[in-house]
Amino acid sequence: MGMGESVRDMLARRAAQEIKDGMIVNLGIGIPSLVPNYLSPDVHVMFHAENGVLGMGPTPQLGEEDANLCNAAGYPVTVTEGASYCDSSIAFGMIRRGLIDITILGALQVSEKGDLANWIVPNKRVPGIGGAMDLAQKSKKVIVVMNHVDKYGNPKVLKECSLPLTSQACVDMIITEMAVMAVRDEGLVVEEIMPPYTLDDVLRCTDATVHITPHLQESEKE
Amino acid sequence: MRSKVVSIEQALSVIKDGTKLMVGGFGGVGSPPSLIEGIMNKGVKDLTIICNDAGFPHIGIGKVVSNRQVSHLITSHIGSNPVAGRLMHEGELEVEFCPQGTLAERIRAGGVGLGGVLSDIGIDSVIDKDKQKVEVSGKTYMVEPAITADVAIVYAKKADTLGNVIYDKSARNMNPLMAMAGTTTVVEVEEIVEVSALSPEEIVTPGIFVKYVVQSKGVDWKWVWENQ
Repeated sequence: MGMGESVRDMLARRAAQEIKDGMIVNLGIGIPSLVPNYLSPDVHVMFHAENGVLGMGPTPQLGEEDANLCNAAGYPVTVTEGASYCDSSIAFGMIRRGLIDITILGALQVSEKGDLANWIVPNKRVPGIGGAMDLAQKSKKVIVVMNHVDKYGNPKVLKECSLPLTSQACVDMIITEMAVMAVRDEGLVVEEIMPPYTLDDVLRCTDATVHITPHLQESEKE
Repeated sequence: MRSKVVSIEQALSVIKDGTKLMVGGFGGVGSPPSLIEGIMNKGVKDLTIICNDAGFPHIGIGKVVSNRQVSHLITSHIGSNPVAGRLMHEGELEVEFCPQGTLAERIRAGGVGLGGVLSDIGIDSVIDKDKQKVEVSGKTYMVEPAITADVAIVYAKKADTLGNVIYDKSARNMNPLMAMAGTTTVVEVEEIVEVSALSPEEIVTPGIFVKYVVQSKGVDWKWVWENQ
């Protein structure tokens, strides 16, 4: 939404770097679904889809779609070697048991403590909870990929979320077009700045207490 | 052995105004198209629908929601059906949101005769309001009550005439859970086969849960990915 194709791809490429060989990964709809395009060929992962596919593969060729084989957004997919199907109960059993290594999802707001809001804007927009609550609360690592500010220019990384929460203190990493931030014990840490933005841009567009990795501070001073 | 195969019209006779109805499918994938079409033609109103999501406005249960035949919706997600969001805000549709995994387990619990399940999903969010809490082994869980329905309509690949069912790929989703949780379960299938044509090993839903089997006329909607 409101992002050029290249920004979407840039965010997906950066998120893909977090995925390591052998992981089980669940991708949300939108930008997260572009992540597989940027995985290195020597990184083999099993993509989990909460509608009951473990081992989801790429989009099929035009004309080869199978309406009974779709991802959680309702779009056709294929399966890779070793894939399996299951019902929704088992698909979420995998999630609740903590078997998902990384989940990558979008967000409306994220707080400096890693609180996630992504399911409702009261009286305006109700995407719904879907599988996000289960995934955010139980995945080993939660990565949010989103615009740094909303369409009105308001910061989405906040001291406290104003929208109803999907899950508390669940987000580990935030990737935006401006920066990569990590939620650590000491708080929210800016780890990377995405060109052409500067640290000043990031601070101006972030309404939270932000720490800066020493390395980044040095490179900014130079 | 008496066959459970009936006409779509006969199966639809159990769905009336105000029926509490479970509908299998996820974004319309695995929703029973011919039964949904039949519900629209029949014009029953004031339905309580339990479904993974609200489909799309022209796909799956979304068609019935768009047709204003639903007064209550118990679901995890309505984002793909803006009509559902509009009806909700206009006060025409009451929506109870439930995290998807919890919804699946509540339905499964209903289907296997349990009173509910204990879950900590969403325990500190808005959904834990008014939920009973219990402590087990030092951890706090919410009591998530089981869900059953007057009627469950599910979609499957094949059923034999006794109602033994197998599903197809990701069109399985909530279907086997709902098949167990309906007081009357109707299975719409792509293919009806003779008893013994399915291996007992491959059957996902044993026929004991199934009241009626109907032959599908096939999907009559265009998928979101078609003609783009």
